[in-house]
Amino acid sequence: MKENIRIASGQGFWGDLLTAPRDQVTRGPVDYLVMDYLAEVTMSILQKQKRKDPNLGYARDLVPLMGELLPILLERKVKVITNGGGVNPEACADAILRVARQLGVRKLRIGLVVGDNILDSIDKLRAQGFDLKNMETGEPLDAIRDRLESTNVYFGAGPIVEALRRGADIVVTGRTTDTGLTLAPMMFEFDWPPDAWDKLATGTVAGHILECGAQASGGNFSADWTSVPDLAHVGFPIAEAYPNGEVVITKHEGTGGLVSQATVKEQLVYEIGDPAMYITPDCIADFTTIQLQDAGPNRVLLRGVRGKPATEFYKVSMSYAEGFTAVGTLTYSWPEALEKAKAADTIIRQRLTDLGLSFDEIHTEFLGYNSSHGPLAPPLVDPNEVVLRVGVRSNDRSAVERFGREIAPLILTGPPSVTGFAGGRPKPSEVISFWPALLPKRAVEPQIVIKEL
Amino acid sequence: MKIQLIRICHGRSGDKGDTANIGLIARRSEYYPLIRKYVTAERVKAHFQSIVGGSVERFELPNLGALNFLLHNALGGGGTKSLRNDAQGKTLAAALLRMEIDVEEKIDLPPQ
Repeated sequence: MKENIRIASGQGFWGDLLTAPRDQVTRGPVDYLVMDYLAEVTMSILQKQKRKDPNLGYARDLVPLMGELLPILLERKVKVITNGGGVNPEACADAILRVARQLGVRKLRIGLVVGDNILDSIDKLRAQGFDLKNMETGEPLDAIRDRLESTNVYFGAGPIVEALRRGADIVVTGRTTDTGLTLAPMMFEFDWPPDAWDKLATGTVAGHILECGAQASGGNFSADWTSVPDLAHVGFPIAEAYPNGEVVITKHEGTGGLVSQATVKEQLVYEIGDPAMYITPDCIADFTTIQLQDAGPNRVLLRGVRGKPATEFYKVSMSYAEGFTAVGTLTYSWPEALEKAKAADTIIRQRLTDLGLSFDEIHTEFLGYNSSHGPLAPPLVDPNEVVLRVGVRSNDRSAVERFGREIAPLILTGPPSVTGFAGGRPKPSEVISFWPALLPKRAVEPQIVIKEL
Repeated sequence: MKIQLIRICHGRSGDKGDTANIGLIARRSEYYPLIRKYVTAERVKAHFQSIVGGSVERFELPNLGALNFLLHNALGGGGTKSLRNDAQGKTLAAALLRMEIDVEEKIDLPPQ
């Protein structure tokens, strides 16, 4: 058994810093590179892409990235774990294998975790008595059954561990929890059984710290943001895990950013509910038992985490279409910038009323004044400029489209000293809403598929 | 003594659907009992009354010197439905740090 393993966060979301994965595998020793690509809304986008082209539906950035990194990964024996497979892990693996072949790679084993995508078996599951009602409101699924865009079960670390046991160099999953990506290599390397609840909880907490990339290592740090050195070259976080269940959060030497108890705490409290009940498919982690300790420069020791047995259920995330929005902006300058922007807002609302258009909501904000804290913003005194931002939402696409044609006319038919209409007419974009549900674990079985050269 | 929370706390906020969460962290362990005493769910609900449509829940993390708040119906529908510039509530932690508390205790403030 290794003395410890180093798990590096390479992406905190799809669209994160492109140089981070390479820095993580070249600027110091690591054993695993984990990359989280999936937000809830991403699944519905990927499902749409797959509908248009059955060879798509995964995080496409992953393929050129693997092309760039494969030789280094194989040479240094760094394994990759990512949920970038989206709704089409098979196609993702095929694309990576094509790139590997072009690079002259002789031997590569990709482990796929599939079975999370239950879009085609929804009706069968319901016939079996799994109602998939909304776990928050209790509403039956019938309300949105016809509008479903994507439905995915959140799997945990278990199937990834199985893929690693079967010798995968790269594990590509569909919808897997962000925390499972980091927990899995610890379970695999240290032979942690699936009921070692405290250890699983520690790995889960480490996963939560890593899942948003540099947010744990100095990015978006509110305590003292000016004290964070060299954010231009920020080092992404690394979890150095030990068999006894202790983990040190750190980053590579010589990189920018900061790992301190304060940066780690900010990530720990990010997007959590009841801290004593952080529920994943692997365990329930109790965040009120986390102990942090300084362990050298840019090193924070994480220990003492208590875990409870996992629940009987998987969470299912279903997305469905729910109307359209559009947002338009115009910039008004001194003098009386805010008054002009407010007058323009009144005018456009009057015109929308005159046109007989109805919207579920019309929302106005003034960027530079109140778009962040709403009515908590202090009064604005003689600003140089204010950006009017008007948004509308409706089930009627044509009404939203028509709204888009009402922004530009304000330039010549409204208050003066107005600019900032370079982006063109605001276009309707589809609203994607989510339907959270629970599904007993016995209803679906994760599957491992191996593809290799 | 009136203290604006930003003097003694830092924090981070995010979203889960139409619910925003704000983690409020004491800058020193000695400040935690103060925020636990004065930054109640009721005070936070009152502070955000014009923004938050639903209830405010509070959870304690004494081990981190932190409180976690859940603000329900707080993001104009949340996700892609919200028409707000800050649809994910990323700046709500800063909005909470604006809040002032009136403390009876004598406390040693960090340098400004």
